Amino acid sequence: MNTGILTNAVEMLPQLQGYAYPNERTLQPLWSVLIVVYPYITGLVAGAFIMASLVRVLNVKALEPIYRLALLTALAFMLCATLPLLFHLGHPERCYEILLTPHFTSPMAMFGFVYAWYLMAVLLLELWFDYRRDFVEWSRTQSGFRGILYRAFTLGVTDLSEPALRLDARLGRIISIVGIPSAFLLHGYVGFIFGSIKANPWWGNVLMPIIFILSAVASGMALCVFAYLFLCWARRVTADMRCLDLMASFLFYAVLLDASIEGLDWLHRLYSAEEGIDVLRSLAASKLFYTLLIGQALMGTLVPLLMLGSLQLVRKWVSDLNRRRLYFSSSTLILLGVLAMRWNVVIGGQLFSKSLRGFMSYKMEFAGHEGWWLSLALLALPFFILTVLIKYFLALDLPTIENVVPGASPHPDPREAPH
Amino acid sequence: MTGSFTRRNALKNLAGFLGGILALPAGRACKAAVKNAFVISPAPAGYDPSKHKWLMALDVDRCIGCGLCVEACKAENSVPDNNFRTWIERYVITRPKAGSGESRGDTFVDSPNGGMGGFKPSLIPRDDILKSFFVPKLCNQCENSPCSQVCPVGATFESPDGVVLVDKNYCIGCGFCIQACPYGCRFLNPASHTADKCTLCYHRVTRGLRPACVEICPSQARIFGDLNHPVQDDPLQRFIENNKTQGLKAHLGTKPRVRYAGLDEEVR
Repeated sequence: MNTGILTNAVEMLPQLQGYAYPNERTLQPLWSVLIVVYPYITGLVAGAFIMASLVRVLNVKALEPIYRLALLTALAFMLCATLPLLFHLGHPERCYEILLTPHFTSPMAMFGFVYAWYLMAVLLLELWFDYRRDFVEWSRTQSGFRGILYRAFTLGVTDLSEPALRLDARLGRIISIVGIPSAFLLHGYVGFIFGSIKANPWWGNVLMPIIFILSAVASGMALCVFAYLFLCWARRVTADMRCLDLMASFLFYAVLLDASIEGLDWLHRLYSAEEGIDVLRSLAASKLFYTLLIGQALMGTLVPLLMLGSLQLVRKWVSDLNRRRLYFSSSTLILLGVLAMRWNVVIGGQLFSKSLRGFMSYKMEFAGHEGWWLSLALLALPFFILTVLIKYFLALDLPTIENVVPGASPHPDPREAPH
Repeated sequence: MTGSFTRRNALKNLAGFLGGILALPAGRACKAAVKNAFVISPAPAGYDPSKHKWLMALDVDRCIGCGLCVEACKAENSVPDNNFRTWIERYVITRPKAGSGESRGDTFVDSPNGGMGGFKPSLIPRDDILKSFFVPKLCNQCENSPCSQVCPVGATFESPDGVVLVDKNYCIGCGFCIQACPYGCRFLNPASHTADKCTLCYHRVTRGLRPACVEICPSQARIFGDLNHPVQDDPLQRFIENNKTQGLKAHLGTKPRVRYAGLDEEVR
C-alpha cells in the first residue's frame, strides 16, 4: 500500500498537485500574507519589550541607552498589531463582537483582552511612569504644540516630589515584572492559534506557542539592535559599544535557544513519523525549500549564529566599526529569518490538503487587499510611527534627565538623586 | 491642575476602571435579549431542537457516483460555484506490482467539480484497477466540533438537535473554523463573506422533510432520520443495526456524528 503523495493522472489543475478537498481548491489560501505579517508584528512587540525589561527587572545597567527606544519600538508595533487582522476579516465592521460577546473556548477571542491588557495595562502605563517626570519638565520648557502635547501627557499629575518620583520608579518596575509574563502571554497566544488546530499536522503541535515566543524574543531583540544602530547612524553619533555588545550577546543566546527548540520540534516530528510526516517532508523539500531551509534555517539562523557566536569569542580583536557592521547584518538577517518562519508556518500550513493527498500553490497578489502592497505598507507603518515617536519622545534637543538617548550627554539617575 | 498622585486617587481610578469592566456583562445580556427578539431562524416557529436528534448515515457500497446529491444541494442551498456543502470522491486503488509483496498498489482520488454531473471513466486501465468506489462527503456534524470550539464570537454552534450551524448575521469571516475543520467541509461564502457549510438542510428537516441530497439519491446511499423519533421500520435504525459503522478521522477526537458503512482505510 502506498500512502504517500501521489500524482493524480485524472485530475490536474495548474495550482494543484494530487488531490485536495474541493473546498480547498482556491486560488489564494484562506489566510494570506496579511496573517503572516500579524504574528510577525506581534512578536516584535513582545521581543522589544523583553529587551526593555532586562534594564528594569534584571537591572542590566549597560542596556540603559536602549531602554526607552525598546519601549517606544514595542509601542509603535503594538499600535499596528491588529491592522492585518482587521484588513483580513470578511466582516471587519463586526470585529467588536470579539470583545462584546467573546467565545471563551476560542484562542482568537482572547486576543482582544490580551491585546488590551498588554497595551493599556503594561506598555502605556510603563511608558507613562517612566516619562512622567520628563513630561512635567518638558511641558514647562517647551512651547507651542509640543508644550501642549507634553502637558496633556502629564495627565495633570505634576508632582515631582521625591516620594512621587520614587513611587513612579517602583510602579514602573512592578509593571515591568508583570509585563514579562504578559509579553509571553501575548505571543504564546498567537502561537496557540496555530498550535490548537489539530486538523493541520503542520500547525497542531504543543511546541508551537513556545517556538513562537522564542522566535518573538529573538526578532524583537534583533529589531532593537537594528533600530539602535540605525538611529545612531541617522544622528551621526557613535553607538555605545558596551550596550551593543551586551545586546548582541542576549540576541545570540535568544537565537540559539530558538534554533534548538525548533530543531527539537523537527527531530520529534521526524522520529515520531505520524500521519502527516510524508507531506511535511515533501513540503520542506519542495514548496518551502527556499523559505524554510535557505531563508529561515541557513540565512536567518545559522549564518547570524555563526557571526554573533564568533564575536562572542573574538570580540576584543574586532574593531568597533566591524563589530557594528556584523551586528547590523546579523540583526537584519534574523529579522528576515523570523519573517520567513512566520511565512513557513502560516502559508506552509495551507499549501497541502488536509486529505494529505496533494499540494496547493500560492501566487501572491500584487495590489489586492491581501497582496504585496498592503503587506509592505503594514510592515512599514510601525517604522513610520516609531520615527514620529522618536521625534517627540527621544529628541536630542529635549533636556533629558536620563542617559537614554543615543548621543545625549549622560545625566545622573533621577531615581537615585533627589531633584 | 492639581496633579496630586496619591494612593487614594489611584485606587479611585482603578475602581472606576473595574466598574466599567463589570458593567460589560449586563450590556451583553441586553444586547442578546434585543437580538433574540429579532432573530431569523431557518426553523419554523414552535420547532423545539431539544426534542430531536438528526443523523445522516452513508452506505459507501451503494453510492454510484451519479452526483445528483451535489446538484440537488447546490440548487436547494444556493451554494456558490467552486464551493461544496457536499461532494463525492472517487477512489481508485490499483493492483500491486507483481512480486512487490504489497496487498495493493497506489491510490488515486478525484472529485472533478465535486462529482457534480458524475465521473468520466478513469484513465487507469481497467485491468490495473484492484478496486474502485465512491464516497459521499458532507459536514460530519461533530459532537466535539473543532469549528465551534475555535469560533471567536460563537457564530458557529452545536444545536441540541445534533446539527452544527453558522449564524451568518453574526460571523465575522475570520476563517478560523475553516482552518479547524479536518474534513474540508467549510468554505468562505464569496457572496456573504461568512463561513458556510452543510446544515443537513435545516430549513427542510425542521419542517418534517428530508435533506435534498437524501431525497434525490437514487441508490439510497444516504440514509437520514431522527434518533429521538424513529418511524416504523426506520431506515436509519435498520442501517445501524445491519452495518458496522464508523466516523471519519476518529483519531482526531472530533467525534463525528455522520456514520459510514463500508469505508476503506484510504478514505480520509
